[in-house]
Amino acid sequence: MLTLLGVHLLVALLLPLLAGRYRRAAWLLAVLVPLAAVVWAGLWTGRVLDGHVPQETLSWASVLQLELVLRLDSLSLLMVFVISGVGALVLLYGSGYFADGGREAGLLVGFAGAMFGLVTADHLIALYIFWELTSVISFLLIAGRGQGVANRKAAEQALLTTAGGGLAMLFGFILLGREAGTYRISQIVADPPATSGALAVAVVLVLCGAFAKSAQAPLSAWLPAAMVAPTPISAYLHAAAMVKAGVYLVARLTPALAEVQPWQPAVLAIGLLTMVLGAWRAMRQTDLKLLLAYGTVSELGMLTALLGAGGQTAMLAGEEMLLAHACFKSALFLTVGVLERSTGTRELHRLSGVGRSMPVVCGAAVLSVASMAGLPPLVGYLGKEAAYEAMWHADFAGRWWAVAGLALGSALTVAYCARFLWGAFAVKPGVERTPVERVPAVLVWPVCVLTAASLLLGVFYRVTGDLTVPYARSEHLVPDPAGPYEVSLWHGVTGPLTLSAAMIVAGLLLHAGRVWVERAQRRMPSLPDTQRGYEGTVNGLGRLAVWFTRHTQVGSLPVYLAVLLLTVIAVPGTMLLWYRPPLPDVTAWHSAVQVPLAVVILAAAVALVVTGHRLTAVLLVGAIGYGVAGLFLVQGAPDLALTQFLVETLTVVAVVLVLRRLPADFSPLRTEPRSLWFRVALATVAGVCVAALAVTATAVRQSLQLPREIIERAPETGAYNAVNALLVDFRALDTLGEISVLLVTVIGAAALLGRRGDGRGRPAGRRRRPGGRSRAAERFGEARWDVPREMWLPEALDVPRRERSLLLELVVRMLFPAVLVLSVYLLFAGHSRPGGGFAGGLVAGQAFVLRYLAGRSAEAAFPLPLTPRSVAGAGLVLAAVTALVPLAAGGTPLSSAQWYWDVPVLGSLHLATNVFFDLGVYLLVLGVCLKLLYALDRVRDAGDTLAPYGGPARRKAVT
Amino acid sequence: MTTLDLAMATVVGGLFATGFFLLLDRSLMRILLGVIVLGHAANLLLILSGGAPASPPVTGSEGPDGRLADPLPQAMALTAIVITFGITTLLLAMVHRAWQLDGHDEVRDDVEDRRIGTVHDRAEERAAAESDLPADRGERR
Repeated sequence: MLTLLGVHLLVALLLPLLAGRYRRAAWLLAVLVPLAAVVWAGLWTGRVLDGHVPQETLSWASVLQLELVLRLDSLSLLMVFVISGVGALVLLYGSGYFADGGREAGLLVGFAGAMFGLVTADHLIALYIFWELTSVISFLLIAGRGQGVANRKAAEQALLTTAGGGLAMLFGFILLGREAGTYRISQIVADPPATSGALAVAVVLVLCGAFAKSAQAPLSAWLPAAMVAPTPISAYLHAAAMVKAGVYLVARLTPALAEVQPWQPAVLAIGLLTMVLGAWRAMRQTDLKLLLAYGTVSELGMLTALLGAGGQTAMLAGEEMLLAHACFKSALFLTVGVLERSTGTRELHRLSGVGRSMPVVCGAAVLSVASMAGLPPLVGYLGKEAAYEAMWHADFAGRWWAVAGLALGSALTVAYCARFLWGAFAVKPGVERTPVERVPAVLVWPVCVLTAASLLLGVFYRVTGDLTVPYARSEHLVPDPAGPYEVSLWHGVTGPLTLSAAMIVAGLLLHAGRVWVERAQRRMPSLPDTQRGYEGTVNGLGRLAVWFTRHTQVGSLPVYLAVLLLTVIAVPGTMLLWYRPPLPDVTAWHSAVQVPLAVVILAAAVALVVTGHRLTAVLLVGAIGYGVAGLFLVQGAPDLALTQFLVETLTVVAVVLVLRRLPADFSPLRTEPRSLWFRVALATVAGVCVAALAVTATAVRQSLQLPREIIERAPETGAYNAVNALLVDFRALDTLGEISVLLVTVIGAAALLGRRGDGRGRPAGRRRRPGGRSRAAERFGEARWDVPREMWLPEALDVPRRERSLLLELVVRMLFPAVLVLSVYLLFAGHSRPGGGFAGGLVAGQAFVLRYLAGRSAEAAFPLPLTPRSVAGAGLVLAAVTALVPLAAGGTPLSSAQWYWDVPVLGSLHLATNVFFDLGVYLLVLGVCLKLLYALDRVRDAGDTLAPYGGPARRKAVT
Repeated sequence: MTTLDLAMATVVGGLFATGFFLLLDRSLMRILLGVIVLGHAANLLLILSGGAPASPPVTGSEGPDGRLADPLPQAMALTAIVITFGITTLLLAMVHRAWQLDGHDEVRDDVEDRRIGTVHDRAEERAAAESDLPADRGERR
């Protein structure tokens, strides 16, 4: 089964590629796939009907009970015959119908595969997935490619209805799975869950999905609308396959759920109502295809009622009708396709005398229609007689209503059957005889085969019985009080038979008096139109969405942020007030050093709020950062303090380098005092809230076991510094994610910074000013006292003489190597002392920043033949490879190993593999710093006249 | 049981308030400064949640009382510092770009955001305008 499923998928993907060059071969291949499924099912038939149930499992996440279980019992077998048999014939028909159709062939095979999976799946969730797969493929098939608005709307409607129902069904499945304790359908059926409120909800939701898929009232509008699709697609999806998914689900779950309210009343009432309404509407149609579509709605209603009723005879009748419907309705849809191809119309008022021109097609259609009307000896007759019998002898309260509904529906069915034959083939007085073109035989063959199936399944009723009886005799279904019903063409003159005959006569009379009937139909108040209901719902939802958007999406960032802050205050803040956790004894401070630091930080914060000068603001933020770093040190976090110092320095440098381009002051405040006070109040309250949360959160902290264990086990990673152990070993995956994020943000920043004002950037990073002095140097030729005479830094020669500084160049010259050595030291010392890859990389980065400040050229500051990109990329790759290597050795990713050597002169050497991970971090951080440096370099280079960027984006923004 | 001392609670609250205030500004540069300050505040909060001041969490560096600081919040804060740096650079680049394009770094209201809310009104207006047109032009559409 899994192989067949895979073959369907593979061929579906292959066909569009193949059909371009080998059209015939592609379609042949497409036919072969469902044919193979039929042959396979045929080989299994004997054993399955003897009670053997083959089963295949593809385990995926067995802990979550998520596995693909395929199972072939007798109901699935029947469905496979229907789906794959009709599928093969429709694809054969399609090879003559579509001009090229690689897309359609691929989608149809994919659809057949999805249906195959749906009817064999023994797991609710897997069934759901196949279910939605059929919805999506049907959307693609109905919409076609470039077919215009009508097709797209119909496809959208089909998708919204069936997928919406599918979602409800998914909730139902989850409830059902929870109640039953398993998602395996066979287990649920074998041991049905006890009735409960949740189960009733599950039943309603599951039925919603099934009704939407099988076009039951009031969700039936999508099926007639979908008739815009090409005929083979309608024949397959809307007669044999997709709409059968809903009734299949009903049939599958009836043994388990028929006893649960409101299953039985719902399926009977809605099913029979749909049957009558659909048939009534079918009688008014003048388009033959629409007539069949409403007829399908009607038949599906009958199937739902029969398969869901919960009796053995009803199930048997439903199975037979299902088989019969697939044969005759597909045949008739294909017949309409043939008519349309040969006459150019499917309006019954414009067709006349076609029966004489196309005797073979007409003969086949007559037989199929007879099966639809339930005439012996066709398979439709078997189904309908069993249906009458089932309702006649049923033991539920409203059974005479059910019999009446069935009888009325049957009479109307006979009437539209007659209307179809008359409309398609009869000679009509006053209508010119329709000219007929020859159609290829490949279009007629499938019609004949399907009709022959209708006839043979009726004549050899024992075969039909053998196929359908095993599932109908399931133990949880109610046995017929009149004894087991035997499938046969003749049971003697019984009540049901008499009723059936009477209804056939009634139907024929209705057709004979069609003029009066039509007049009466026109005079009757029109029924609520489900199509209008659907459109109203969709438009209403759209309006609701727009209304909601208009009132929430005001486009102002401060408003959005204020709403977020108010939420922070409202939700956790009120919780805090509500519960009022016991406050512990509060001390003023733990360590006296904290006080001056706190004062500095708070003073800087206040000044930051007040200042209107950009540079001042940046420096104040720097002061806060250093103050916080000091607090880290007090708290016993030297690693953090080190990193904070380095990052803060780098941030200030970067911001100042960019700030040179911006005006010195912030734009003058234009906010009203009222909104300013609101901001102050909001920020203050939010701050107080967070502070209160902080106090409570630290007070309720209880478990100190974890930190102790981390510290104790840190040496196992080869590190004595627990923070480093956490970063490179315990939580290395986090670190890997973090450095990736860092790289991505800096790439983004560099891309934004590197753009020029005029939109025409020079090739990124490859800039070298022509040797000698720059223009500025020539303009400001005169020297200052501290201009160096020696060449301390080669790159500084390009800097205008006036701006050079001996002190800076000298210091950089001397410090640069030392700082680099320090960075490497920090990298390796991180294992046992404060330091590590981050700190080391940042220090190395700052060494180059220093050189840049003196030399004003990023490339000169980093003279190696490497780009920042490659350094950062190498770091990321190294870290990732280090993480994955243990996998190759059979371990878990990100684990590390250690070695110790005794080297004669150096003493004991110790190597932990996670040092390579740390090295990766080091390289990445260094690369990121360099990348930033290059980008800042281009900012400086961008020139003073920053004309607005003239690209299309800008123009759009202006208009 | 650990407690947060008042001094530190004040610093955290003050920093958060400052950050929030700056965040509500319309100048992108001040928003950037607000983000940096909020980053500091959040990191400090993380570290303070690790308990009272203690010796660094390095084996063998226990102080006289034998207590070591909790390494877990430290590792988290370290990660956070670096990420904040990344975000700062990105925002900085946006400040620069905004200034480069518009000559200022103000965050204006998003007009497109507001237009979404009027989509139906505009569709109706268009429909009304079209129905006023002569029939042949309407068909050509």
